[in-house]
Amino acid sequence: MPIMQLQSTTSARAERIDFLMRAIILVVATIALSMIFLIFIFTFKEAKDVFFDAETRHEVLPTLFSTNWQPISDSPKYGIIPLLIGTLKTTLIAMVIAVPIGVLAAIYTSCFSPIWFKELIKPVVELLAGFPSVVIGFFALFVLAGFLQSLTGAESRLNALVAGVAMSLTAIPIIFTISEDALSAVPKSIQEASYGLGATKWETAFYITFPTAYPGIFAATILGFGRTIGETLIVLMASGNAAISSWSLIDSARTLTATIGAEMAEVVFGDPHYNVLFLIGTALFLFALILNSIAEFYIKERLMKKFRGS
Amino acid sequence: MNKQILGGFYTGATAFAVILIFLIVAIILFDILRGGLAKLSWEFLTQPPREGMTEGGIFPAIYGTVVLVILMSIVGLPFGIITAIYLSEYTTAQSRFARAVRFAVSNLASVPSIVFGLFGLGFFVQFIGAGLDAAFALEDEVIWGKPALIWAAATLALLTLPVTIVSVEEALRNVPREYREASHALGATKWQTIWHTVLPNAVSGILTGAILAVSRGAGEVAPLLFTGAAFFLPKLPNSLDDQFMHLGYHLYVLATQSVNVELTLPLQYSTTLVLLVLTFTLNLTAILIRYRLRSQFSL
Repeated sequence: MPIMQLQSTTSARAERIDFLMRAIILVVATIALSMIFLIFIFTFKEAKDVFFDAETRHEVLPTLFSTNWQPISDSPKYGIIPLLIGTLKTTLIAMVIAVPIGVLAAIYTSCFSPIWFKELIKPVVELLAGFPSVVIGFFALFVLAGFLQSLTGAESRLNALVAGVAMSLTAIPIIFTISEDALSAVPKSIQEASYGLGATKWETAFYITFPTAYPGIFAATILGFGRTIGETLIVLMASGNAAISSWSLIDSARTLTATIGAEMAEVVFGDPHYNVLFLIGTALFLFALILNSIAEFYIKERLMKKFRGS
Repeated sequence: MNKQILGGFYTGATAFAVILIFLIVAIILFDILRGGLAKLSWEFLTQPPREGMTEGGIFPAIYGTVVLVILMSIVGLPFGIITAIYLSEYTTAQSRFARAVRFAVSNLASVPSIVFGLFGLGFFVQFIGAGLDAAFALEDEVIWGKPALIWAAATLALLTLPVTIVSVEEALRNVPREYREASHALGATKWQTIWHTVLPNAVSGILTGAILAVSRGAGEVAPLLFTGAAFFLPKLPNSLDDQFMHLGYHLYVLATQSVNVELTLPLQYSTTLVLLVLTFTLNLTAILIRYRLRSQFSL
């Protein structure tokens, strides 16, 4: 029975390969997935001395919530308040610009646009999303800054406003894409019911489709917000980088991310300054997790419930 | 009548937002093209910088970027694609584990890129790198425990991991379930089904995802600030533990730290243009593959 034998050996071999590949895939996937957890562990590991090492704690904690960020001086001060203010200022400016543009453009694309134009809008937005942030920062530094200065008469050419406007350009594509997805996911039957009752196209868009897709749009806003807070290169290049506690939009600002970006390369390994920068990184990481979780749960729970009609 | 005006206003406002986006893209592209083409030449692309980076070209930066992107793909793409295969073929979409993993992946995608840089420094450079040195290097010699090409590539690979996983998984899920069932019915094992049926049918989708991930990594600068990019190097990197020059980092350094901005501005514009061409070519390839894919499935 040579043929039977041959068959059974090949199928045994196939099964061995199957088993082997399963094991390989499992191992590789586990490594990739454990990296996700390692990120948290290792940023926190370098930050923990701020709380758990007596000497570092003594140096850092008393000034941590002050308004002076002077990590490189004889008596270093690690006040993160100006950094928080700078982050908040630039991010809010970016959101005030990006949310209306992103959402309105998404409404147009999803509800009003002819199909050929839709096919044009999407690649253009992808193009905008494809600009590396260092390029946007460069554009902000040399073109936008001058333009905005002549508009506002700001004292410092580089300020929170310039950075905020530039950052809005990175948030617009995210907000647009996710909002557009949410609007397009609204079941056609709902819109047809609205038309059937005699509503016009724009009434349906604004009173029916938009409110139905609201959870998705909210999620888009949250994710855009998260993306803006994490933006580094643009603020490094266009915000002026001065750690001052001022709420004026046309003063220079320094953000949490820019602080890491500007100072980490020169810091001494294991120094309190080093630990504080990692602490800021851990905070940014946690913040991203929280925002993402809110967006995810909100969109899943609310949107799904709405579509099921309960 | 009143209603019509209101309607016109609403529709007009949304159309205006779209036009604004078009305008922004057009202005940036126009400005960079106009400024960038002036200095762009064969010499610029093939010469190293001279005279304290106020003259000459950007060849080392182009070289560094390309090598980095290739290394990043070699390190990262297999992990991403295999993880996606695992998620799509070996777990069911509803399982608690798969949901938890997907949640972790989407969270990873929202972590700021500078935090990846911190992780690269803390984990790759100071944990793995310095660990390797402590184990193998002769006394106090630093080979791996410093910022280097390989650590920057590993950091970027991790940064692009979620993009790869999500898009490859979608490509795999687009392969009709019947194909798998038919293959299993013929007695094929799971791996035979994946290798001979699922992967060939998903190859364009996987390619699109891979290119998108690569183009995301190609333009990213923040994680390189302290994992391996160098201000200026007299020679090209020829080993994994060398530092390297990078187009985006070069642009950042020229734009923020050069003594005479006026003098280097044309160089910066051309560098920007080269960087844009590099990332757009990658993106465009992905878009073209996707369009071909769509027409293929609609046939």
